[in-house]
Amino acid sequence: MLIKRSNDIEQLSGISPSEITSKEVYQSRRRFLLGGAALAVGSGLGITSMLATQKVSHAATKFNNLIKSPFNTDETRTPYKDVTTYNNFYEFGTSKASPAGMSKNFKAEPWTIAVTGEVEKPLTLDMEGILKRYTMEERIYRLRCVEAWSMVVPWVGFPLASLIKDLKPTSKARYVAFRTLHDPKRMAGQRTSLSGSGLDWPYREGLRMDEAMSPLTILAVGLYGEALPNQNGAPIRLVVPWKYGFKSIKSIVSIEFTEKQPETTWEMLAPKEYGFYANVNPEVDHPRWSQSRERRLGEFRKRKTLMFNGYAEQVASMYKDLDMKKFF
Amino acid sequence: MTNKQITLIKTAVFFLALAPFYLLLLYAWNNELGANPIETITHYTGIWTLRFLVITLAIAPLRRLTGQAILIRFRRMLGLFTFFYASMHFLTYIWLDQYFDWPFIVEDIVEHPYVIVGFTAYLVLLLLAVTSPRFMVRKLGKTWKKLHRLIYPAAFLASFHFIWLVKSDIREPLLYFALFSILMLLRIPAVQEKTPLLTSWFRSVKV
Repeated sequence: MLIKRSNDIEQLSGISPSEITSKEVYQSRRRFLLGGAALAVGSGLGITSMLATQKVSHAATKFNNLIKSPFNTDETRTPYKDVTTYNNFYEFGTSKASPAGMSKNFKAEPWTIAVTGEVEKPLTLDMEGILKRYTMEERIYRLRCVEAWSMVVPWVGFPLASLIKDLKPTSKARYVAFRTLHDPKRMAGQRTSLSGSGLDWPYREGLRMDEAMSPLTILAVGLYGEALPNQNGAPIRLVVPWKYGFKSIKSIVSIEFTEKQPETTWEMLAPKEYGFYANVNPEVDHPRWSQSRERRLGEFRKRKTLMFNGYAEQVASMYKDLDMKKFF
Repeated sequence: MTNKQITLIKTAVFFLALAPFYLLLLYAWNNELGANPIETITHYTGIWTLRFLVITLAIAPLRRLTGQAILIRFRRMLGLFTFFYASMHFLTYIWLDQYFDWPFIVEDIVEHPYVIVGFTAYLVLLLLAVTSPRFMVRKLGKTWKKLHRLIYPAAFLASFHFIWLVKSDIREPLLYFALFSILMLLRIPAVQEKTPLLTSWFRSVKV
């Protein structure tokens, strides 16, 4: 590959901040400055319009020349509008329409991720470093929610395995645990007075090491070629396409390598209904509803749910010794 | 109040009770049902069934509290609107959601408690709707009153149906459960003795 890579993990870390701005970020800033200036001159509104234009710079980041992945599905992609207005993100309200509105003023930058646990050297990653270091790919994946609906999302991201290799977990690391930002000031759904979600914050998820290292598992930083909208888990989220959507934790601020299986949010709330594995499985029903079929958004008739959400070829071997009825 | 006036008010209430239905058509027409329209219609018709249940069950306590006997003349119509929205809800499930996949529907009803509970509540509403015409009231005599008391368990079944299907945020389902509980309490003689009546105030305004 012609892409230059620094082998120094410090480049990723907030400890040694880099002065260099990536090309995309530089170009988008330039565009916005120009756009802002044009607006300022044209409208005579001066500085306020400049600020207003700059505020959206994050969401307007464009990813160009994305590598196409062999894992991409050629199924019809769910329209951008549906992907960004139909969200389960209880940090911003428990209805599916609320995150798009409630997350409007959320600022996803600056952003850092703490890396702790069974790792050679705990450190703090910063988002700019991550965007610079990893080659972004387009990953068009099916997303199957435990509520029996599904969509097809063109993510922008990179394999979690690449990051894990750079972080050098120790031999004791058997699981990876993730946490979402816990900040009720910025995430109104976490305020006890409003919440009613029943969830115990921060939102927690985890994967077995082999699952985390699967080439299908990615950290997504965008969708439809743009930076992740807040309601979809800005600025960085997990995407594990063969598991129910709730495994794909959003707005990650912590990655911890552990020896023991970590606690995960939905399992903590209702262990009989949501398991640690949460592999998409049409043969194991949710205790309250069937998982054998799903409604693909935009389609009228329900379709059959596929084992491992259609990714059996890539992942089934990891579970050949696992009783999937018991470890659902 | 003359019969003519009552007919006029009844007509107004009739069209008002259809407002949620028109609104749903308007949302559909404007393509505002969201990313999952069938789910939206299902929830919408379900919520309006519960709301009409609350309104219908509030008539008798309100009549007592206000002394306005006239209220009872609207009860059957409101009860039938409850049935109307419940039927829309049921039809959405059978047609739009499951697309007449009978083996799957039967399996869904038998295997999933929240579906059984909702289905049972609907069967009760159906029975009450069928026995609602005046000649049925006359024909059934005393049995009619007993039969129509089934609306109380049906209301609770409907609220359980809602509580049982949400994933974790049970605030809204609990609200309906609480409202039904209050409306039941107001029917208990011991409670009625202690509730202040507003009859004199209503008599003074003279409707």
